[in-house]
Amino acid sequence: MSEHETTPEVVPAATPTIDIVDVRRGMFGVNDGGDTSGFGGLVRAVSVAPAAIRPYGSWYDDVADALERAYPQFAEAIEKVVVEHGELTLHIRREYLRDVAQVIRDDAALRFEMCMGVSGLHWPGDAGRELHAVYPLISITHNRRLKLEVSCPDADPHIPSLYSVYPSNDWHERETYDFFGIIFDGHPSLSRIQMPDDWSGHPQRKDYTLGGIPVEYKGAEIAPPDERRQYSS
Amino acid sequence: MTTTGPYETADASAPASAGDPYAESRQTTDGRVYTVSGGDWDAFAAEAAEMAEGALVVNMGPQHPSTHGVLRLILQLEGETVTDTRCGIGYLHTGIEKNLEFRTWTQGVTFVTRMDYLSPFYNETAYCMGVERLLGITDEVPERARLIRILMMELNRISSHLVCIATGGMEIGALTVMTIGFRERELVLDLFELITGLRLNHAYIRPGGVASDLPSDGIEKIRDFHKLMSKRVYDYIRLCNENPIFKGRLADVGYLDLAGCMALGITGPILRSTGLPWDLRKTQPYLGYEDFDFEVATWDTCDSYGRFRIRLEEMVQSLRIIEQAVDRLEEAGPGPVMVGDPKIAWPAQLSIGTDGQGNSRAHINKIMNESMEALIHHFKLVTEGFSVPAGQVYSAVESPRGELGVVMASDGGTRPYRVHYRDPSFNNLQAVGAMCAGAQIADVIVAVASIDPVMGGVDR
Repeated sequence: MSEHETTPEVVPAATPTIDIVDVRRGMFGVNDGGDTSGFGGLVRAVSVAPAAIRPYGSWYDDVADALERAYPQFAEAIEKVVVEHGELTLHIRREYLRDVAQVIRDDAALRFEMCMGVSGLHWPGDAGRELHAVYPLISITHNRRLKLEVSCPDADPHIPSLYSVYPSNDWHERETYDFFGIIFDGHPSLSRIQMPDDWSGHPQRKDYTLGGIPVEYKGAEIAPPDERRQYSS
Repeated sequence: MTTTGPYETADASAPASAGDPYAESRQTTDGRVYTVSGGDWDAFAAEAAEMAEGALVVNMGPQHPSTHGVLRLILQLEGETVTDTRCGIGYLHTGIEKNLEFRTWTQGVTFVTRMDYLSPFYNETAYCMGVERLLGITDEVPERARLIRILMMELNRISSHLVCIATGGMEIGALTVMTIGFRERELVLDLFELITGLRLNHAYIRPGGVASDLPSDGIEKIRDFHKLMSKRVYDYIRLCNENPIFKGRLADVGYLDLAGCMALGITGPILRSTGLPWDLRKTQPYLGYEDFDFEVATWDTCDSYGRFRIRLEEMVQSLRIIEQAVDRLEEAGPGPVMVGDPKIAWPAQLSIGTDGQGNSRAHINKIMNESMEALIHHFKLVTEGFSVPAGQVYSAVESPRGELGVVMASDGGTRPYRVHYRDPSFNNLQAVGAMCAGAQIADVIVAVASIDPVMGGVDR
């Protein structure tokens, strides 16, 4: 009603878009645990942190500026910048990941020398970006932390390997491949690391149920844990 | 120990060791496999070298006592010299991260404490700090809970370093180091038992605070331990520091310089043995570590001996922190150990009775006899748990082995959407190859011991 609402130059820029990654409908989750928060036929949208708007605050702007200077394709490479719980996260399009990581590691104003591995994340409801990989970085020179996040579709689960930039990611990428099925292109020997070599499926994905493996003991076979008891049909 | 010779063809003539009770061999699809259970290694290696065109591949582990649990080392040898080392892990994978997604946020603590079983309080603290950041209640955690967390973590650092030094000593034949190491560790475990009710896996640190306050004689017992340990830590210094055999086995073994540490993401005592004073307690303080007076131990030799000296010094520094924490707890007097928000705080304070740990009697009396609402509230919070706003955090603590990081994501529900542990043992084991190339087999044992891997954390 007020005049402020119709002022065009302020509102669109300052309104963060909500990133909905999943929608849950009634009774969700009751089969596999004690989560009854869906009772009552609720519909709940699951959203992740929206893109931050400049100024980001703290040293985050320095990092963004330095990366923009050092990496000319900044605008194409960076999907969004997120500031959440005091942490800066750069969402990067996967084809630019290795180049950005190289710059982030080597540029004097950035110098994120160490990568603390990679963690997978599966959002089955986020069409076209189902699989995410999160890379926590640390700069010892500047005493800062930064996260990179990359997504890829389930149908084409390829992300470039950061092995050549951060050799420490060797095992971490194998682990993420093992648990999520993300294929890190360029990794020297991408094989399973925790699960047995002949395991089928990627256990940390959300469509992989807990249990599901029958227990064999002295010739007898006992049903997998998730089939032993049913609390609802 | 099993040795495989993939270079051998199926039609190779029976080796000279056939019939040798100490080196039985059998033919497999991958070539001839020897099982060596004693005898003279030189004789065996010489015999293998005669037959071989390539190198000898030896499996050390996963059941070898000096591989720190079920670690499998695949060594490629030329005589006694290691030319290449690879690790086989996953033998202790228990799917903790997957299981977490099917339990409430509070129950998650019970899982994570079982990951790295030598440093359970670090697993719990890193987890709880992450949950608290997602909930936005980091600043509301009571002072007393923060101090107890620091106290427990530093006691845990001592017990963890003691195991590292003790088992490391045992592996090179220094049995006294092992016996006195476990003697002192027992004292720390007794303290854990007194305070949490359990010795190894505690689930004591909870989102929002800790499960229960220190028992009435807790401070006194910790002070007794502090007094004793302050004296006994010098036993190790006198026994090992200038011991020529000990130094001879450890010095210049497992060399990894700063550039190697950076490339391989190594943190903890291995990184500090290159002279870089990187300790998250100092550089990125959490829980109020900035108010404590302690020093970061460093060494400049980049080798196993340096890491041993760093662990010794860190025990001394931990004793300093424990003393300050106990002083502050006494000064502050009694107070809450859990956030005040009844929507998050566990409804009952636990107490330790004659039959173990359980809900306090006062609380049971209230929900069973006095207040129906309190019973409903208790039931909802215990069965369903609390919701955590959607978001993602990375929380890290300085564990005895390096940076223990947790990548945690919530979808707004009552259970974790994804919790990933960046365990320092897992990452640091990648350095075995760099540390052992060109070394003797005996040095592999020392190098692995200086990494101090805990397979519960590696495999999770």
